[in-house]
Amino acid sequence: MADIALTDDNALTARAQTTRRAGAGDARFHFFTWLAALLVLVIFSGVIVSLVIGADPAFKAFGFGFVTSQLWSPARDHFGALASIYGTLITSFLAMIVAVPMGIGIAIFLTELCPRVLRRPIGIAIELLAGIPSIIYGIWGLFVFAPWFQEHVQLPVINATTGIPVLGTLFGGSPYGIGVVTAALILSIMILPFISAVTRDVFETVPPMLKEATYGLGCTTWEVMSRVVLPFARTGVVGGAMLALGRALGETMAVTFVIGNAHKIDSSLFAPGTTISATIANEFTEATTELYTSSMFYLAVILFVITFIVLASAQLMLRRLERQSGK
Amino acid sequence: MINQALYLRRRVSNSVFIVLSICAAIFGLIWLAFILGALLSQGIAALSPTLFTQSTPPPGSEGGLANAIIGSVMMSVLAVAVGTPIGLFAGTYLAEYGKHTRFAFVVRFVNDILLSAPSIVTGLFIYEIIVVPMGHFSGWAGAASLAVIVIPVVVRTTENMLLLVPHTLREAGTALGAPMSFVIRTVTWKAAQAGIVTGVLLAVARISGETAPLLFTALNNQFMSLKFNGPMASLPVVIFQYALSPYEDWHRLAWAGALLVTATVLTLSIIARLLENKQRN
Repeated sequence: MADIALTDDNALTARAQTTRRAGAGDARFHFFTWLAALLVLVIFSGVIVSLVIGADPAFKAFGFGFVTSQLWSPARDHFGALASIYGTLITSFLAMIVAVPMGIGIAIFLTELCPRVLRRPIGIAIELLAGIPSIIYGIWGLFVFAPWFQEHVQLPVINATTGIPVLGTLFGGSPYGIGVVTAALILSIMILPFISAVTRDVFETVPPMLKEATYGLGCTTWEVMSRVVLPFARTGVVGGAMLALGRALGETMAVTFVIGNAHKIDSSLFAPGTTISATIANEFTEATTELYTSSMFYLAVILFVITFIVLASAQLMLRRLERQSGK
Repeated sequence: MINQALYLRRRVSNSVFIVLSICAAIFGLIWLAFILGALLSQGIAALSPTLFTQSTPPPGSEGGLANAIIGSVMMSVLAVAVGTPIGLFAGTYLAEYGKHTRFAFVVRFVNDILLSAPSIVTGLFIYEIIVVPMGHFSGWAGAASLAVIVIPVVVRTTENMLLLVPHTLREAGTALGAPMSFVIRTVTWKAAQAGIVTGVLLAVARISGETAPLLFTALNNQFMSLKFNGPMASLPVVIFQYALSPYEDWHRLAWAGALLVTATVLTLSIIARLLENKQRN
């Protein structure tokens, strides 16, 4: 009896030790996962701090005038961001005008019209294409799309619009092939699969009863989509489009190849231009003076602020949607 | 009484709408087919065995992409080796420990911003914190900038996949007296294995085409280099520089490189998709 009690006692101590060790390991593991999560925040703040520090000399030299000045002259060591900012906004804006209706159209096709057999393969194809790196769009744009666009679109459009008041200015100049519209179109092809994938996912969260009820009232597919599905999925579609806009604004390689890197705001949309990211990609390693490098950091700060606002609002919209559908 | 005019109008607008959305689908798919077609025709024409055995040539002479391929592989491996554990741990925190805390909410939010933030900004960040102090471009810096891209991808998929694991599994583990960390490592992670691997594959697919962050970190190297401590060639940067050069044979190499990158990315994404489906079922 005594023996048993003794071993029992030992076993108890051993077990207590194991439990304590496990408890300590538990706390350690918890701490490391917390540390990793904290690291994500550290990286994010690191990005902001390093950009701001890098931009400091340019900010001291040009202040907020940097944003409103169009002059970008390495020779005179004077830099202004307006042409880059304009290029970033106009290419993304044009790309969205093309890609949003197209993307929604594809999503509608996939959820409502497509034969069931084709639905999955087409859906997968679109998702895979969303993953193709931007540099591929860039090289294709430069060698294949731009020459074709120059000959078959720019030339006829320029000829047709010469002399017409507004259009003549918008589409004037010589057909270079590369330029703002070319970049915007490449961008739109790039974000198209992205928008349609998100939109399709959102459409699939619409309760089938709603659609069935509307069809049951005798509505056409168009009426079901425009009066029931789209209003229901509005937040998600807008959120998805904003995410795509965030991509388009910051997109570097696809644009750098085909925009022409010209630091001016031309009245013609066919003319070469530049964007913030294209300027940085093209000129950063060639920057000779501190102010030149720093100006590019300043550009990056502006780009980061713009994309942050767009992406953050997209996040908040999609989050709200998630919470709603969770209830 | 049936209002024929109204009926007709509704029918017509419906048909117009259907035709338009079919056109949108065809239009979108056609562009994408054009891109893949051009890539295949130009890329396959430029494929040759020397691509994998010789380094990037000076204009006008024979050469391959061996140094760029090796550089890309080395930097990607290092980036994934560093980024995966961090992403896995952070994702685990969000799914298992933090969940509804304010801290977890902020991390989730910031992580999703990092996920789609312009990658060129990442390049500048690493330039400022690694390249400037070191005084020169290096493979280390290249790998670091890729790791910054890997982390958010792995965090996002890990969290999503862990949330798919049924609660009963965790409860069963805990009921047996296992500490939480033990349950996470041996039960939850195991159950979400395929999903976590999906995240890593997606991250590899993402970084194998990234160009912008490498431009100011690893730069490029004309020659074969296995040293992380100096400038390193990578496929995307070589594609960028060669495509924008005026030389015909450099263009061919750029197309070959583009085909290699796309083939890698598509293969990885397909495997990732299959694994993800396995996880969800």
